[in-house]
Amino acid sequence: MAKIIVVTSGKGGVGKTTTSAAMGTGLALQGFKTVVIDFDVGLRNLDLIMGCERRVVYDFVNVIKQEANLNQALIKDKRTENLYVLPASQTRDKDALTQEGVEAVLNELSETFDYIICDSPAGIEKGAQMALYFADVAIVTTNPEVSSVRDSDRILGILQSKSRRAERGEVVEEHLLLTRYNPSRVEAGEMLSVADVEDILAIPLLGVIPESEAVLKASNAGVPVILDAESDAGQAYDDAVQRLLGKELEHRFLQVPKKGFFQRILGGR
Amino acid sequence: MSFFDYFRSNKKPTSAELAKERLQIIVAHERGKRNNPDYLPQMQQEIIEVIKKYVSIDQDQVSVQLDSNDDCSVLEVNVTLPD
Repeated sequence: MAKIIVVTSGKGGVGKTTTSAAMGTGLALQGFKTVVIDFDVGLRNLDLIMGCERRVVYDFVNVIKQEANLNQALIKDKRTENLYVLPASQTRDKDALTQEGVEAVLNELSETFDYIICDSPAGIEKGAQMALYFADVAIVTTNPEVSSVRDSDRILGILQSKSRRAERGEVVEEHLLLTRYNPSRVEAGEMLSVADVEDILAIPLLGVIPESEAVLKASNAGVPVILDAESDAGQAYDDAVQRLLGKELEHRFLQVPKKGFFQRILGGR
Repeated sequence: MSFFDYFRSNKKPTSAELAKERLQIIVAHERGKRNNPDYLPQMQQEIIEVIKKYVSIDQDQVSVQLDSNDDCSVLEVNVTLPD
């Protein structure tokens, strides 16, 4: 039985796809057979972030409509062992994702995979609902910014009322992943702190990903940022994967690197 | 914080504090509504219509609230009657 993880947020552009690619790669590196599914029908992008855009032949909707079987649609990652991608289709048909169809695909994947990561589209429409409905675990990706935090709270409400687990009287395991965190702006009182966001959303913190140049570099190259082991963001994602697997690690990258004596006196940055 | 910052008065909340305060208010408000049944707005409307038949009141003089505790729900209808 695979564990189904949804990466969700409500708001767009907060780092869901980056997170899905990084966490999926991280779990695969730990030896778990992992598939990452793109639920953003019509706006496929996971393939680009994971660098397999030119190998897409069949997609998720083809499998649901039984125009192709799973093995034809699954793309095996070239860099990382145990890692597969199921791309979204570029069709504009919004009703392409049916609950029965999604369930059948997840059930089939469940037989052979350890982890299924569902990369949710933004919003609370059909695609986002389908991505979270079957989830056992939710990674709520949030930026330290008012609209993102509010939307995350809304998504938590949906997880607690409209998911399959909620309907069965069970709970979805919720995790907060704070992305694009900028410690120096937090210190200057210009950005919500980790503690502020934890206070408001009241769910356990899985990780804090610092705002990092490495993320854009990684997406430019189509390499999940977790593979950039030198980078702060890569290391922060690696920590998050370890925590998801139950390890207790201290959170890193929350403080501004210490300044020297003269810099402090003069208030320079 | 630099040495010179100690001389500035620091009474105004930082923008992050402002953000947190606004978020806490709106999130609490929206959470309160989260578990409301879908029929509540329409029921509120109909209650207002009934009262209007007898007393002339405005929409905002009636508030309908549903509070749920562990084992009972309380529907509170508050009408401010004109003098």
